Amino acid sequence: MRLILQLSRKNLAGRPGRAAAMIALAAFLAFAIFAGSVVSMSLQRGLGTLENRLGADIIVVPASAKSQFNVNDILLQGNPGYFYMDREKLDKIAEREGVAAVSPQLYLASMVASCCSSRLQLIGFDPETDFTILPWVRESYRGEIGLYDILVGANVTVSGDYTLRFYGIDCRIVGQLEKTGSGLDNAVYANWETIEKLIEASEEKNLNKYSVKADSVVSSVLVRVADGYDIEQVLNDINLRVRKVTAVRASNMISGIAENLTRLSGVISLLIAGVWLLGLLIMMIAFSMMTQERKREFAVLRAAGASRRQLGALIFAEALIVCCAGAVFGIALAALIVWPFSTAIGSALGVPFLLPSLPTMLALMAATLAACAVAGVLISSISAVRIARQDTGLILREGN
Amino acid sequence: MRLTAEKLTRSFTRVRQGTNILPAVKETSFALPEGSLTEITGRSGSGKSTLLHMLAGLLRPTAGCVLLDDRDLYALDDRTLSALRAKHIGVVPQGQTGLRSLTVMENILLPAMLTGVKGMEPEAEALMERMGIADLRGAKPGELSGGEMRRMSIARAMLLRPEILLADEPTGDLDDENTARVLSLLRQAADAGTAVLLVTHEQEAKRYADRVWRMDAGALVMET
Ligand SMILES: Nc1ncnc2c1ncn2[C@@H]1O[C@H](COP(=O)(O)OP(=O)(O)OP(=O)(O)O)[C@@H](O)[C@H]1O
Ligand SMILES: [Mg+2]
Repeated sequence: MRLILQLSRKNLAGRPGRAAAMIALAAFLAFAIFAGSVVSMSLQRGLGTLENRLGADIIVVPASAKSQFNVNDILLQGNPGYFYMDREKLDKIAEREGVAAVSPQLYLASMVASCCSSRLQLIGFDPETDFTILPWVRESYRGEIGLYDILVGANVTVSGDYTLRFYGIDCRIVGQLEKTGSGLDNAVYANWETIEKLIEASEEKNLNKYSVKADSVVSSVLVRVADGYDIEQVLNDINLRVRKVTAVRASNMISGIAENLTRLSGVISLLIAGVWLLGLLIMMIAFSMMTQERKREFAVLRAAGASRRQLGALIFAEALIVCCAGAVFGIALAALIVWPFSTAIGSALGVPFLLPSLPTMLALMAATLAACAVAGVLISSISAVRIARQDTGLILREGN
Repeated sequence: MRLTAEKLTRSFTRVRQGTNILPAVKETSFALPEGSLTEITGRSGSGKSTLLHMLAGLLRPTAGCVLLDDRDLYALDDRTLSALRAKHIGVVPQGQTGLRSLTVMENILLPAMLTGVKGMEPEAEALMERMGIADLRGAKPGELSGGEMRRMSIARAMLLRPEILLADEPTGDLDDENTARVLSLLRQAADAGTAVLLVTHEQEAKRYADRVWRMDAGALVMET
């Protein structure tokens, strides 16, 4: 076995140009399947996490907000959303039958802060009633959310002194949320009092186009439906009985994305399949040509005592070396591209994008390597059988 | 070890010129005595290489059999036959026989590598010395002259000291000096006990051979 590997390595090294071309092709295949799977899985994971993170069954926004679009924008893209309704709606909604919990949020403004590359969305929330944010604080913060305390999304870079400055006010970061791969990662959450102070500060500096009184308005109301009640019924009830609001089912907002995602994953799978089919065909032909051209060398090996089995093993070994080397390069390249640019990829696709966990990643790498090894066996099987079967005596007299 | 052929026949079907069957070797019986150099001459296309390949276990005969001592080569499975060939039969094929990605040294060590025999490097060195190609041990076949390549091929065939050595035109396209060198090497091998078969056009070869056969249209005729 060692001899076979040694011989095949030397054969490849003796024709470095061809070996490199074959390895590049294999690397391309490995890249396609690995990068494609990572992207597909990241999309699914992003969606799943976002679904959990929303936490609410129903989101109520002002009827004027043209709910779907704006809410989607805020959730996924981190685009600014400015819409407000009277705070009394909160109580009206809470009164409806089947509503177990309500918590208001106030979307203030998106702004560029020194810390971050993308715009931040300032969101006011009520720590007393909240059921959608605090469960997701990463470094499980147990204390109160006081004045000028903020919780930040995963994309916010937390500096050494744990503060962020908004409109000249230093806010203390008391917790960071887990990554969702969506616009929520750019959010900064503060309690109502803090938001009020920030609004005042922004008005003093003439930086706020929208004049809102934080104590009398809310942007959205997150609703949790009590056990045993039908979400759809509660939603209809709110839409019917509470005026000038639109209640949206949280999972509906996501289902639109989910559809896109299924389509996108489908396209990716199709692409991978196409690339592999074509790649395998090319490699099979190239490999077959390369071995046929060397059939005299194989005949010489036979004359020197090699068995048909040994010839077959030699050819398999060459293909395996090529494909495994290619796999390593392809995986490395894909990792180098997907890892650092995952955020950019996510925002380019406009969907939640969350890389698989490290163990999943490693398993995926192993699977890619295995797939490439199988490809090696596939592309060389015909050549191996043909060379092993050939009549040495006939080959040796050819081309003298 | 004794290599004998009994009523060996090999036909080729030529589809091109109407389907006619061409017997390249016809019912040839033949024995290769130990410790002597047997020469086969004959016109081009008379069937010499075909016969040699059948004797080497590299080409299945249409009829007849090849016996190594009393084992019928073509009744064996490929693994056993290959192992036997690697160990007992040295083959110097006609024409170009270098593996171009291996060095001369590695080319010569090939039979040892294939059979898993270790520590043959000194033997290979000694053979290269005798063949006068010692300073080429690190060269690739592509850098060798025709004569050097032929000597490399003979060294490879002799590496494991096979009892039988089959050489197909080992002096083809060599100059007189190199021809004499190769022929005397084969003579030495025969004197050391090897059964040597030399297929050649070379007139000079007669002076080295113990017996000469002539191949004529697939049939062997004793000449001396
Ligand atoms: N694969 C083949 N198909 C058809 N005919 C073949 C095949 N191999 C050999 N022959 C024919 O068999 C005959 C003997 O060929 P062989 O190679 O044994 O000749 P040779 O005596 O070695 O010639 P040379 O001295 O030129 O090497 C030739 O007529 C050749 O054309
Ligand atoms: Mg010939």
